[in-house]
Amino acid sequence: MAAQETRVVTKFLRERTDDSWTFDAARTHNKAYSALEKAMGMEPAALIDEVTKSGLRGRGGAGFGTGQKWSFLPKDVFPRYLAVNADEGEPATFKDHMLIEKDPHQIVEGSIITSYAIQAHHAFIYLRGEFALGADRLQAAVDDAYANGFLGKNILGSGYDLDLIVHRGAGCYIAGDETGLLSSLEGERAMPRIKPPFPAVQGLYAAPTIVNNVETMSTVPHIVREGGEWYAGMGVNKSTGTRIFSVSGNVERPGNYEIELGVTFRELIDDLAGGVSGGKKLGFFIPGGASSPWLRAEHLDEPLDMDRAAELGTMLGSGAIMVFDETIDPVLVAWRIAKFFAHESCGKCTPCREGSGWLEKVLYRMANGLGRPDDLDLLMGFGNTISPGVTWPPGMTTICQLGPSTMSPTLSLNKYWGEEIRARLAKDADRRTTLQVASA
Amino acid sequence: MSANAVPMSQWPSDHRYTIPVAGDQDMVTVTIDDKVVQVPRGQLLIAAAQEHGTYIPRFCWHERMKPVGMCRMCLVEVEGMRGLQISCATPVVDGMVVRTESAPVKAAQDGVLEMLLINHPLDCPVCDRGGECPLQDQTLAFGPGESRYVEEKRHFAKPIPISDLVMLDRERCIQCGRCTRFAAEIAGDALIDFGGRGGHTEVITYPDEPFSSYFSGNTVQICPVGALTAKPYRFRARPWDLDSVETSCQACAVGCRGALDSTSNRLVRLLGVDSEPVNHGWLCDKGRYGYEWVHSEARVRAPGLRRGMELEVTSWPQALDAAAAALRRVRDEHGPGAIGVLGGARGTNEDAYAWARFAKGVLRTDNVDAQLADGLPADVVLGMPRATIADLDRARAIVLLGPDLKEELPVLALRVRRAAVDLGVPLIDVAARDHGLTSSAAHVIRHAPGVVQEAVDQVASIIDGITGDGPVVVVLGRPSVAEPAAATIHAASQLAKSHGARFLSALRRGNVHGALDLGLAPGFLPGRVSLDAGRDHLSATWGGTPDATGFDATGILRAAANGTIKALVLVGCDLLTDFPDRALAREALSAVERVVCVGAFPDDSAERADVFLPTGVWGEQAGTTTNLEGRVSVLRRKITPEGRTMEGWRIAAELAARLGSDWDLETVEEVQDEIAQAAPAFAGVDAALLRRARDGVVLPLADHLDEVTFVPATPGAGVSWEPLRPAADEVGNGEVAAPPAPAVALHTWSMEAPAPAAAPRDSYALRVIAARTLYGNDRVTSESPSLARLATSDARLLVSARDRDRIGVEDGTVVRVTSPRASVELPIHVDRSTPEGFAFLATNRDGAGASDLIDLDAPVTDVRVETLS
Repeated sequence: MAAQETRVVTKFLRERTDDSWTFDAARTHNKAYSALEKAMGMEPAALIDEVTKSGLRGRGGAGFGTGQKWSFLPKDVFPRYLAVNADEGEPATFKDHMLIEKDPHQIVEGSIITSYAIQAHHAFIYLRGEFALGADRLQAAVDDAYANGFLGKNILGSGYDLDLIVHRGAGCYIAGDETGLLSSLEGERAMPRIKPPFPAVQGLYAAPTIVNNVETMSTVPHIVREGGEWYAGMGVNKSTGTRIFSVSGNVERPGNYEIELGVTFRELIDDLAGGVSGGKKLGFFIPGGASSPWLRAEHLDEPLDMDRAAELGTMLGSGAIMVFDETIDPVLVAWRIAKFFAHESCGKCTPCREGSGWLEKVLYRMANGLGRPDDLDLLMGFGNTISPGVTWPPGMTTICQLGPSTMSPTLSLNKYWGEEIRARLAKDADRRTTLQVASA
Repeated sequence: MSANAVPMSQWPSDHRYTIPVAGDQDMVTVTIDDKVVQVPRGQLLIAAAQEHGTYIPRFCWHERMKPVGMCRMCLVEVEGMRGLQISCATPVVDGMVVRTESAPVKAAQDGVLEMLLINHPLDCPVCDRGGECPLQDQTLAFGPGESRYVEEKRHFAKPIPISDLVMLDRERCIQCGRCTRFAAEIAGDALIDFGGRGGHTEVITYPDEPFSSYFSGNTVQICPVGALTAKPYRFRARPWDLDSVETSCQACAVGCRGALDSTSNRLVRLLGVDSEPVNHGWLCDKGRYGYEWVHSEARVRAPGLRRGMELEVTSWPQALDAAAAALRRVRDEHGPGAIGVLGGARGTNEDAYAWARFAKGVLRTDNVDAQLADGLPADVVLGMPRATIADLDRARAIVLLGPDLKEELPVLALRVRRAAVDLGVPLIDVAARDHGLTSSAAHVIRHAPGVVQEAVDQVASIIDGITGDGPVVVVLGRPSVAEPAAATIHAASQLAKSHGARFLSALRRGNVHGALDLGLAPGFLPGRVSLDAGRDHLSATWGGTPDATGFDATGILRAAANGTIKALVLVGCDLLTDFPDRALAREALSAVERVVCVGAFPDDSAERADVFLPTGVWGEQAGTTTNLEGRVSVLRRKITPEGRTMEGWRIAAELAARLGSDWDLETVEEVQDEIAQAAPAFAGVDAALLRRARDGVVLPLADHLDEVTFVPATPGAGVSWEPLRPAADEVGNGEVAAPPAPAVALHTWSMEAPAPAAAPRDSYALRVIAARTLYGNDRVTSESPSLARLATSDARLLVSARDRDRIGVEDGTVVRVTSPRASVELPIHVDRSTPEGFAFLATNRDGAGASDLIDLDAPVTDVRVETLS
């Protein structure tokens, strides 16, 4: 039997496509804010317990336990802040985009519950600047929440106050890194900060801060409504619940699919996304956004399980699965990803700032028949400065993950096509010599 | 961090680490490359390693700034931690085992240097930094020696000016953020930052707004490559041709330590030396580039004697004979009181002592004043309970009761800012208008000039609400010369009595404190003793002292104007520009019979001189200087003066000899030893101690014995981009012998300071606030080409927008400004710092202005403003 979606956070927006983002529709047809009403009757600590029990792991990329993260807040240190990471910028990831535009009330509700659970009185949604429609809808949702007593002073008569601010970013990938996001929110350049201290200890304005992804926030109301055990009952191993995967590339039906974790890549790509388009064979696929090392056909029957992905030397990351058919030149893909990282490196750490550009230049010539015989070895050589060992999970010389992420494509090229590429580079060099001789 | 720390929410986000302060912390054991060492808990690994002889390479880390972790050069291995760690942001913990030379560390160092060089232009032959470049040096010491990079390097237009003083070469820049962090963190002038991203990251200014910080030169000094270069120094020298001495800056009274470089007998550079108690390695731009005036063509380099309308060049014997004869005749005919001696606040301590001895011991006149009615009474300055600059860091509260420190004592402003912003000391800003430190203040109290009682009451209640063990430090100076100092002194006396406040003087002139300490003030003798108390002691050395207390500068000029004083000796001062009441100065100069000028420039007052005796200046003269906390530090001679100038103290000694008093002083050390003997506050501060003390010594030595430190002489002071360490001539960690008790009890201030009657406000008038700005018509600025172009030379009347609107004119319109004393025409401009009802006038401007309007007899200066028809 073909795999099916298991819709939790996308159920409502899929069912009610005309007005799912409006307050009336969400309140009437999706029980929006009913979880909040329930949460307000609970102790904050009980909420954290419930989320911990659910096994929910952050949906932004790192996959850290959400309840565990909340519990890291130092006791009795106030004020605390919640920053919701809505700066979705990982190439080929478009799940948050959909949640923001189609079901903003779910995010707002989750954010209010989370703020209450961590006892924050100010929460911020850091929204990717390019999401114009999303900004309008999210702001409207926040305004409605204020108008209906779910935000502001004395929420639902509980005595709890919360202000929620939607902040639009200015177009910068690295503002999606949690400390980069905090810097940007404070009005500075979005440059990641040295850790420790971690944001939970000293984050926004040096106060304890929880940074959570949009999808994580969207999940929280369901956990509160249905219980942590219900959520933990879905999924596989330590990857509980459902996740939205953005499938793109050479597939028949690209799009967002919410599935129970544990479904295999093959089921997701073939059953849900309709398989490789045009009847071609699969070349390779990128399982977790541009930052993640690649997988190939031999991995198709592996389950979508965050810990299994780590064993395979990659990650599910932001849940963006890019599928490439057999005709696509992996070197060209590697170059395009390198170009993205070179453009988005914030410039703070030397290895990433300088190395990402160098990488892009070398991959460009390799992809365009101008490579030198030892170019792949050159990449693997100076790649050690960016990510010692050029392996996964990566060694780091930089503050944030962007540095080692730049090496993922190269690492994959070397792992799967090393000999092939070296031979091709030699042939390219040979051909150029021959041409020179011929024209001489 | 102290209990009253600034909430961390107010810290700049990226700079959250506390600067480890050595002292009370407990020590932990750390193993660095198999060497077991004891270091203070929480100290940054890179600093701990360095103190124990292990240099970890770095570009972005600077020990006076918070770590940022950008360059990744300082990666080390720490046992138990995954991957390499940046030692600049890793605090030490007990039992830490660190390796700085292992294979992974070496590989990272090679790699980071290779990365730093791929886009660096390597235009070393034409780079100012070449030869003293951290990138060169660390590439040699830690780098791979070759590059695998064959692509095109990044290109930018270069160099581009980012201010009138600083040029930026974006190709050479390695994006360490030292300059941008200095500007934001230390100077508080966040006028530069990074723009662009990734490989296109560049240092930028705001559009159309240059990096016009008073502290911009520091960014050039700490730049680890030649990305930032200083226009005054560009292409002027090769580093290996420079010869360097350590000296103190005398551009203001902070007394920053610096390394003065020359080549071919020309001064070419002053670099900040990191003196812990004083300047932390920073300099202001005026101090840094103000050396240029030493070489000014305008300087007088030979003695002059008046013949008719002209000062004719003459020989020293002739000039000295003429000066001595003129003074002798006035003294013999009219008595010692007919001679006034003004100035002396810009020379060395030895000069000041010699002039005091000449005036008071030889001429026997007490009409002597180093201040020119723009400071505070010597009674207060010499006798008030003193604080040191370092006391700012541990103060319970800092009260600003004086001028705009950023304009007058810039590096003191940095120290106050650090105490307030980094260390969380509550800063209470009491002033008539906003100024450079207002944004760092926890409490801002505004008052009308001359009316401070209410403000003092507020300060008192604020301090009452602050807990802490440290002293209340009041930075005390003259907020405005448009009214007398009485109100400020009254406020100071109240804080001294109610809260035991200690005072940090904010008098400005380079060595005004040395001059006062050494007796260039009426009623005082050298060594902070009053005339009466010190008479017997000084007479033993001098053979006599004045009979009665004389006049201060205002009194001297009045006496000169009315004919009681017949002769003036002007020591390095120009009455017509320095004195706040120009009419009185003019009257006095035209009334006196004889004027002897001792100085460096043919200024306006010198036109009246009968004899002009040219002195050597800073950089040409050895000696000592005293800063605003009473710290005596050594001034070095770096170049041989051109022409025929003479050291100030030698001129005084020569004149004394001609008046029958042979001092038998041949060298500056002999003068220093005589000061140590004769001047009670200088007990124990002899030439031998001064040579060895690393940061100078604070007077009186007995109270500051513990603070005297020695360092072994280091060959070369280090490389300039790192904090330069003070050097000392002699090797040794000697102890200072307890000085003999002062022979005479030092003067103390009675703290009796009656409140002046409040001057009624006239609602049709604007009350004038008159003070200096850093760059003006002073000689250091106007005779230093690099600084001269930064100065605003024209006088302006600065008022609030509402007052300007009420007057009904456009910005820049020339209006008539009338005080009871005079009427002048000035352009009017809106100024956001000046509150309604007040007007600000900078005093150091050419042409008609503040000193024409001010009447020293009036309690305040109120002016009416009229449009010209």
